[in-house]
Amino acid sequence: MSEMAKIEIRSLRKSFGSNEVLKSISLDVARGGVVALIGPSGSGKSTLLRCINLLVVPDGGSVRVGETRFEFGTGAKLPDVKTLAKFRATTGMVFQHFNLFPHMTALQNVMEGPVTVRRMTRADAAALARAQLAKVGLAEKADQYPATLSGGQKQRVAIARALAMEPDVMLFDEATSALDPELVGEVLSVIQRLASEGMTMVIVTHEIAFAREVADRLVFMRDGVVVEEGPARQVIDNPREAATRAFLSHFHRTGALPPAEARP
Amino acid sequence: MYQWDFGILWSYRWLFLNGLGVTVGFTIVIVVCGLLFGLLGAFGTLSRFASFRLVALTFIEAFRCTPILVQLIWFYYALPILAGVEMTPITASALALSLYGGSFYSEIIRGGIVSIDSGQSEAGAALGMTPRQTMRRIVLPQAIKRMIPALMNQSIIQFKNTSLVSVLAVPDLVYQSQVAAHDSYRPLETYTAVALAYAAILIPLTIIVRRGEKRLAVGE
Repeated sequence: MSEMAKIEIRSLRKSFGSNEVLKSISLDVARGGVVALIGPSGSGKSTLLRCINLLVVPDGGSVRVGETRFEFGTGAKLPDVKTLAKFRATTGMVFQHFNLFPHMTALQNVMEGPVTVRRMTRADAAALARAQLAKVGLAEKADQYPATLSGGQKQRVAIARALAMEPDVMLFDEATSALDPELVGEVLSVIQRLASEGMTMVIVTHEIAFAREVADRLVFMRDGVVVEEGPARQVIDNPREAATRAFLSHFHRTGALPPAEARP
Repeated sequence: MYQWDFGILWSYRWLFLNGLGVTVGFTIVIVVCGLLFGLLGAFGTLSRFASFRLVALTFIEAFRCTPILVQLIWFYYALPILAGVEMTPITASALALSLYGGSFYSEIIRGGIVSIDSGQSEAGAALGMTPRQTMRRIVLPQAIKRMIPALMNQSIIQFKNTSLVSVLAVPDLVYQSQVAAHDSYRPLETYTAVALAYAAILIPLTIIVRRGEKRLAVGE
């Protein structure tokens, strides 16, 4: 699998001060694969996701996305600002709190990457941005500012903004956790459509039912280590590890499953 | 009861006008230079390099925590003796006031920049923008909006602080009015007129800036 893997992570380590957040994590994501990262808060899953596009720089191990590979640890030189920027331009990221640019309209938000990073002309970028907004069902909101959009609409604009960079992989960091329950479905259906189009994705999520449906592999993390990994349905329906079982049962008990009609 | 006689000031009109010109010109210079020093100071305190941060902090606290009147006198009288740097009263006072204002502008600009949610820089970085592009395209446009009221406030103070340059015999409005007051024996009328002149310039300016703020607030 590692021959054709789109994302390859080896022995990744990261500490914040004395707090060891990632303890030698290895992970492969196949081309066109969808991996869901689940686990309790503080398990390191968001940090792992942020290490994939180097928003967080690891202390040790290696990260490869496509052809680009970075080594970390003693002796390894940290990548410079330009290299980092170029690398990040090929990975799209969607944040829990959207992080839309409030001083720009939806269209300008989506145009920003193509204009500033890809150096496209404004006309080309606007055409691309309109197409991406249409894809997430928000063509008619192009000229509105983020403040006037609902949470679900904001997150769809944020997805369009990431897609406008035409990334090789997409990373979702709890993309629906800040949304009102009734708005979760519209965002999940956009992510599901991306999956069916063959986008390589890593999704940090608390939507277990969604992970079961969309992800082909599931990784359960706790305290900075991968506790269990396998085909999503198998891990969710028949977890091998006691810790996974305990975590999943907690989910069922608190009713975190979205209602069937909200699911795409 | 005091008999007000503002008519007497008419014969000093050219003196006042001259002084007003110096005051306004001086303000423009020290606001522009002050903002430049402020920008340098702010980016210095936010720098990745400890030595830059130290230099910027030393500059800010040295000028923020000492009286401007002392700084003016020090620049004009002490620098020639200590460093052999001779300056005209105008250069000395322009430099002192710019640095003094710059130390306050620094903190306003730095505060505006750090008040922007770190998620904004992260979003820029995730799109593949360099830190410089993120600062210019994402952070500064939002931060400047937040800085404007405080920057305006500091600039008003700068405008009024120009009155202190009269101690170095720079012929600004206050200095010229001292001349007029001594000559006419009418200090009450003279200084009242000077106060009104300052207010007459500042009040319309504050109205313009308030309107501008409202226009900038679009979309938020």
